[in-house]
Amino acid sequence: MASIRHFCRFARSLKPSYYSSKPIIQSTRTFSVTSWHRQLYEEEEKPQFPGAKSAGYMKKLEFIKPNQYDGIPTYRVLSRKGEILEADQDPNLDEDYVVRMYKAMTTMNTMDKILYESQRQGRISFYMTNFGEEGTHVGSAAALDGGDLVFGQYREAGVLMWRGFKLDQFMNQCYGNTLDVGKGRQMPVHYGSQELNFYTISSPLATQMPQASGAAYALKRAGKDLCVVCYFGDGAASEGDAHAALNFAATLDVPVIFFCRNNGYAISTPTHEQYRGDGIASRGHGYGIYSVRVDGNDVFAVYNATKAARNIAIKESRPVLIEAMTYRIGHHSTSDDSSAYRSVDEVHYWDKQDHPISRLRNYMMSQDWWDADKEKAWMVETRENVMQAFQKAEKSLKPSPTELFADVYDEMPKRLQQQHEEMKRHVEQYKEYYPSEIYEPFRS
Amino acid sequence: MMAAIRTVQLSRNVFSKAVFGRNFSLSVPVSAQMTVRDALNSALDEEIDRDERVFLLGEEVAMYDGAYKISRGLWRKWGDKRIIDTPITEMGFAGIAVGAAMAGLRPVCEFMTFNFSMQAIDQVINSAAKTLYMSAGQVQVPIVFRGPNGAAAGVAAQHSQCFAAWYSHCPGLKVVSPYSAEDARGLLKSAIRDPNPVVVLENELMYGHSFEVSDGILSPDFLIPIGKAKVEREGSNITLVSHSKHVGICLDVAKELNEDGISCEVINLRSIRPLDFDTIKESVKKTHHLISVEGGWPQSGVGAEILACLSESDAFDYLDSPAVRLTGADVPMPYAATLEQTSLPQSHNIVGAVKRVLGIQ
Repeated sequence: MASIRHFCRFARSLKPSYYSSKPIIQSTRTFSVTSWHRQLYEEEEKPQFPGAKSAGYMKKLEFIKPNQYDGIPTYRVLSRKGEILEADQDPNLDEDYVVRMYKAMTTMNTMDKILYESQRQGRISFYMTNFGEEGTHVGSAAALDGGDLVFGQYREAGVLMWRGFKLDQFMNQCYGNTLDVGKGRQMPVHYGSQELNFYTISSPLATQMPQASGAAYALKRAGKDLCVVCYFGDGAASEGDAHAALNFAATLDVPVIFFCRNNGYAISTPTHEQYRGDGIASRGHGYGIYSVRVDGNDVFAVYNATKAARNIAIKESRPVLIEAMTYRIGHHSTSDDSSAYRSVDEVHYWDKQDHPISRLRNYMMSQDWWDADKEKAWMVETRENVMQAFQKAEKSLKPSPTELFADVYDEMPKRLQQQHEEMKRHVEQYKEYYPSEIYEPFRS
Repeated sequence: MMAAIRTVQLSRNVFSKAVFGRNFSLSVPVSAQMTVRDALNSALDEEIDRDERVFLLGEEVAMYDGAYKISRGLWRKWGDKRIIDTPITEMGFAGIAVGAAMAGLRPVCEFMTFNFSMQAIDQVINSAAKTLYMSAGQVQVPIVFRGPNGAAAGVAAQHSQCFAAWYSHCPGLKVVSPYSAEDARGLLKSAIRDPNPVVVLENELMYGHSFEVSDGILSPDFLIPIGKAKVEREGSNITLVSHSKHVGICLDVAKELNEDGISCEVINLRSIRPLDFDTIKESVKKTHHLISVEGGWPQSGVGAEILACLSESDAFDYLDSPAVRLTGADVPMPYAATLEQTSLPQSHNIVGAVKRVLGIQ
């Protein structure tokens, strides 16, 4: 693969004069002859290599050690008991907004329990829970504008829920019925909504990351005061796509927030086997982009960080990296049994000692916005809402067989039209063999 | 071989070329000459001009004018906003193009050669080709992946392969493979305007070839419908169906055999997917013989698809002898020039096959 490229590079090197006149190079490297001249006479000469922002020369050989710097601190606003730690960091959200956040987090938690069980009962084929990561979803989503474009990985149901995706819509997608906006095309949890600017989830890991940089480029060109938000995990950050996404977002100066949910595991791979550095936030510096690490179980910390990141992204048109530290309490998916690689005690610790939902509840109680009675009534109500949506979705018809042929191309090609007609005739002729009553009819 | 019968006129400046053509056409319709390179360059230039959303990205496409100079002058004309140099990561910039397309732009993503597209094939197939379907029609990915495809010269195993069969295998993609300057202009312009992801398979060895182009072809509105083949030469004894560079070899062979009284019909597929099988079928019903010619490998290749379609169709009964595939040899491309040459179908292979199929000694 290298041979042609090397040839091209060689050809380029033959023509230095052609390139030296290009303004783009000069604009990124302001190299002034007079300042360079002056340097000659100064005692402390500074390196002028174009590829580095070097502070000076080093007279003794010294490597930068991976442990040379202290780890990156984790930003938080709330203590585990739900107390505001620094008054000036309080986002000062009003009661309605905070209760709405809490309700979104708990509704998702309830929905997860029911859909997880329904998969175990064989009612749906697959599911992924969001247990323990509710704070990263709702905290970030609440700080965004509804017009911001979301490129998710697959465990961001709370973001979509906050944006207004209804319980019915979640259920319809998981059941793949005729009401599913995705027409039953995808595995459960591969949600998408053009209306809510949430791009359809795609299974291959990290492909959304360079796509987010590309979409941010489109936003930049459109000149809108919007940004792209790209969610990914500690495992996805190891994919080559992640490098391309971060590097190109930085060099293109595009408004995108890379939001890493560092939940400790990529399926079974723990973070200490995933990377040797200080998490994902430490990589931001290398790419020349703003980065911050936050406590993902502190919904206010996530909110503040995302809001500030959004400001930077839009006002300065540049990428920002947020690493939200959290813990995946559930299994990776219903295809995984995490007891094979982690202890029950470890999971129990996060579930009982450091859960984003209980932390926010503690805060709400300290404000007298919430109490045991309200909690009890809400848990009954939300379970009822989820069950109703669940039952409705289960009873709905399956999509029309016509959908088998639609949407592969913008207009259905002749060959597919012929196949469609053939299938229609066939099903009509042998109708006693087909359960047509559970499907929407063919469209003409 | 094919160069021998064509007037090769290397034109380096497409813009003056186009103007030239118009000036001359005022009285007598004299055709201008245009290289495939200039045809692609002018198509890109016009579509970038026509639609604000269109932009080109790829390795070295801007300042360096593209590794094969297809984007010559475009960066100087259109600037950083429309012509973007990317870091060397095919998977990354293909993904960036897919994301930009999802968000409403119309990227043209250049692979320095299609061999490198293998690095990005997940983005091309799992994201670009399937997103419309997977999002239930909500998210369109209007994107063009283009670059040189197939064997070049002396670049050995990893740089000499045809991706026509690979990409045409996948529903959700459209795949075109231009032969002439006319094809290159019309198909690239149609690809850029198409709402679906389209793979445009060019051929490096054809970039410098000149073809006659009429005023119609030079018109900014000139389009070639994707999914339609072109009968390049009519004939009555046998059908030769091919795409890309090998169309030219088939035309040379047809001319040569004509002197022996054998009349070959030559079909230029233009599109690999959708495949215009109707044109092939009608031709076979007339000639009763078929040979497919391509540079790609035999197994599950373009020729294999054509012959399978033929055996499934009513035209099968019109065949007077078994249809035949001529393909690249079923080996990684050798580096040695002589072996490289014999690994690809050449004139004498086609002549031999025609005589065999027709039962002529």
